[in-house]
Amino acid sequence: MALLEIRDLDVGFDTPEGEVHAVNRLNFSIEAGVILGLVGESGSGKTQSVMGILGLLAENGHVSGQALFKGEDLLQMNASELNQHRGTEIAMIFQDPMTSLNPYLRLDRQMIEVVMHHRGMKKAAAIAKAIAMLRAVNIPDPERIIRQYPHELSGGMRQKVMVAMGLLSEPELLIADEPTAALDVTVKVQITHLMSTLREKTNAAIILISHDLGMVAGICDRMLVMYAGEAVECGSVEQIYYDPKHPYTQGLLNSVPRLDRPDDSGLEAIPGNPPNLLSLPVGCKFRDRCPKAFDACSEKPPMQVDEDKHAYRCFLGAPS
Amino acid sequence: MIQDSGMARHALWRLLGLIPTLFMLITVAFFLMRVAPGGPFDSEMLLPADIKANLSAKYDLDEPLLQQYFRYLSQIAVLDFGPSIQYKDWTVNELIGQGMPVSLTIGLAAMVLAFFMGTLLGISAALRQNTRVDYSLMGVAMLGISIPNFVIAPILILLLAVYAGWLPAGGWDWSIASMVLPVVTLALPVTAYIARLTRGSMIEVMHSNFIRSARAKGLPESVVIRRHALRPALLPVISFLGPATAGMISGSVIIERIFSIPGLGSYFVQGALNRDYTLVMGVVIFYGVLIILLNFLVDLIYAWLNPKVRYDERS
Amino acid sequence: MTKEADQSVVDPFAAALEVIDVKGRSPWEDAWHRLLKNRAAVYSSFIMAAMFLMVVFGPMLISWEPDFTDWDYTSSPPSLASGHWFGTDAVGRDILVRTLTGGRISLMVGLVATLVSLVIGVSYGATAGYFGGTADRIMMRIVDIIYALPFMFFIILLMVVFGRHILLIFVAIGAINWLDMARIVRGQTLSLKNTEFVEAAKACGVSDWDIIRRHITPNLLGVVIVYVTLTIPQVILVESFLSFLGLGVQEPMSSWGALVSDGAQDMESAPWTLIVPSVFLTVTLYCFNYIGDGLRDALDPKDHF
Repeated sequence: MALLEIRDLDVGFDTPEGEVHAVNRLNFSIEAGVILGLVGESGSGKTQSVMGILGLLAENGHVSGQALFKGEDLLQMNASELNQHRGTEIAMIFQDPMTSLNPYLRLDRQMIEVVMHHRGMKKAAAIAKAIAMLRAVNIPDPERIIRQYPHELSGGMRQKVMVAMGLLSEPELLIADEPTAALDVTVKVQITHLMSTLREKTNAAIILISHDLGMVAGICDRMLVMYAGEAVECGSVEQIYYDPKHPYTQGLLNSVPRLDRPDDSGLEAIPGNPPNLLSLPVGCKFRDRCPKAFDACSEKPPMQVDEDKHAYRCFLGAPS
Repeated sequence: MIQDSGMARHALWRLLGLIPTLFMLITVAFFLMRVAPGGPFDSEMLLPADIKANLSAKYDLDEPLLQQYFRYLSQIAVLDFGPSIQYKDWTVNELIGQGMPVSLTIGLAAMVLAFFMGTLLGISAALRQNTRVDYSLMGVAMLGISIPNFVIAPILILLLAVYAGWLPAGGWDWSIASMVLPVVTLALPVTAYIARLTRGSMIEVMHSNFIRSARAKGLPESVVIRRHALRPALLPVISFLGPATAGMISGSVIIERIFSIPGLGSYFVQGALNRDYTLVMGVVIFYGVLIILLNFLVDLIYAWLNPKVRYDERS
Repeated sequence: MTKEADQSVVDPFAAALEVIDVKGRSPWEDAWHRLLKNRAAVYSSFIMAAMFLMVVFGPMLISWEPDFTDWDYTSSPPSLASGHWFGTDAVGRDILVRTLTGGRISLMVGLVATLVSLVIGVSYGATAGYFGGTADRIMMRIVDIIYALPFMFFIILLMVVFGRHILLIFVAIGAINWLDMARIVRGQTLSLKNTEFVEAAKACGVSDWDIIRRHITPNLLGVVIVYVTLTIPQVILVESFLSFLGLGVQEPMSSWGALVSDGAQDMESAPWTLIVPSVFLTVTLYCFNYIGDGLRDALDPKDHF
């Protein structure tokens, strides 16, 4: 059984201008021990889908569908039921550590509260464990650092603290939202290494949300490409990188500089803009920017799946 | 291991900053007093003999102004505010000593009431944002800010003292009954302002990313509010306590007049109307010093609660 | 894919993109729409407009003079029969006309003293913000010092020392209330000075004067409007405090504060003498507060109070 199975997930927001459809009928699943990369532009719905699953949407947000974690539907739970899973079996690492850490509390307090609350650990034991985890993420002098406030650390250290905090409760599912954005390459490498170590040691599943196609290629097993709130392509990393089927994925991969390309081919941006989430077009949402669009694309394209479980939402190559 | 939390340095820095403020206060008071036309220091004024005797015993009015200034400073330094002009046998110090306990009691009680009621109402409204409870609480709060205390006071007196007879209409005898109306009336506008301030601040904090992180950690909402949201939400309120007290002191002038309370405010107004300049200056300086010290205290508390402030100064 | 193929594919898209007309909205329009949605602010504006009209034109339409003593009807309750719709005071003066003329004084003090605060506050704050550095630090330190002093006491002192001339009241109140305005304007100027669009303008060679005119002033305007609207009720309140204590405008001029003070004397026997000016005063303060609040939310939406 899959660790997490998402069925027909819809996330929308009520705004004065109308309803913003951030996520439309998203389906995917992730097994234990798998690292899934969630890829797409800003506004593609990657972060909001995860917020919706964990009950962390803003007040004007609503979510529907099913989010089955070990068979139980997270979307049907109230806050206290969700709290049995959040922070323990499911941990989340947020994108911006400066605002995601509480600036008014010392790091020790913020780190130990999870294990003290969920695992009933005593303070001394919890601090010891937190210090050990900080050491594991390569933070020097952790006994001193842990007594500091977030703003006293550098950006890279803060991010590592966030990762450490997420790992502290030994989650079965770790969701990392752009964990290395705005960090330098050496820190990126360290953090990705931490995540694969976690997977090796505990067989945890990881959902990695990222813009960074290189990082996704380096660490992920499977990959889900999102566009305008929908999944447009899903498969193993090899399948997607070597044989992208959806024109959007192809465009994405073409826009990234690669070492295996001749120098004169240039980078190609995908022309146009993503659709307005207030009024999504009927039919294929990528149609207006797609170089291969044709008449049939005004209808909603089917999700095609081949034998290797490589899925893509497009009319191209569909048996007519 | 003793942590250098930056508190000591911060406190010292703030303490040094008080000195110019104090100086400015005293200097302005001094020169205003000397310059006032028709005042006792106006050399053309013919004063009754006994007042003149009192004054010249204290202030040598033939001295050059600067020398008088330094003499005044030295007197203030030993807390000697001189003789009262309207109460011939009393010194200003004695008068302040009489009025201060009364005003202080009312002020302190009102401040405590305003803080706790205000924050309570504000947090309740914030946690029920955009519900009817929220709207009605904030509507009432707006009313509390808009109705001047000299309008509320007579109305309350009319209702609770004259018609219902539950409380005395005025006067001060250190009984709880005589304290209720003045304290409540004084506290009202500040309570209302604190309620709105707290609500806004709490709402903003509850929308921050670190609150979302706390929820993602599976902490129960009460813990999230208590441990993560409360402190940053209350910071603006703490900052506001300084000006709130200054405002309350200003308001006390009216309250003491309406309820016939023999506090410093009353002495001040009487003094102002009767041109008792030494008394008036003395009260102004006294209150000024009080506010300055209070602001200092509030500053310290704020720095203790908000670690970012300490850090910014270090860098 | 070759370049030629790309070009033929891009052109139709460029054409298609032009068809979609995305109508932009300037931030002022956005703010205006938000303001209109704030019902409290809208109602308050109407009430204030009505108040202004009543106060300016009302006394011309009412047959009683404010200082006319009607000995037939002293301390009489509001009645249509006596012609004194809101009653009379202890010496038979019509309450309505006194309240309306008192309103002229209260509102005038509100506007003029606010103007004084505005001028002092904006110039002080903008200067401090623009020059930054040590000048700014010193100037703001001075503001901190003055902020700490009990303003009411100083105003009373000034009144007593220099007499109760109405011009002095304008200046005294304005001189005390400019502090908030200065702080806000300084903060805004500082952040504007360092914004990227100002940097970009400088990089493009736009002159300092044009920068001030086109970039800084419109952004200051919003914040200034909000604080002017919020200062007016504060100033009216201070004036009414003074009048209540007997230190405000001299007789025969009267303001709401003085009227409330008089009314409070007779409140047991003639409560309308207290209630009528109190209601006018409270409603004015209430409405201005809501308008100022609405403006603040409209120009800087953060779901504040």
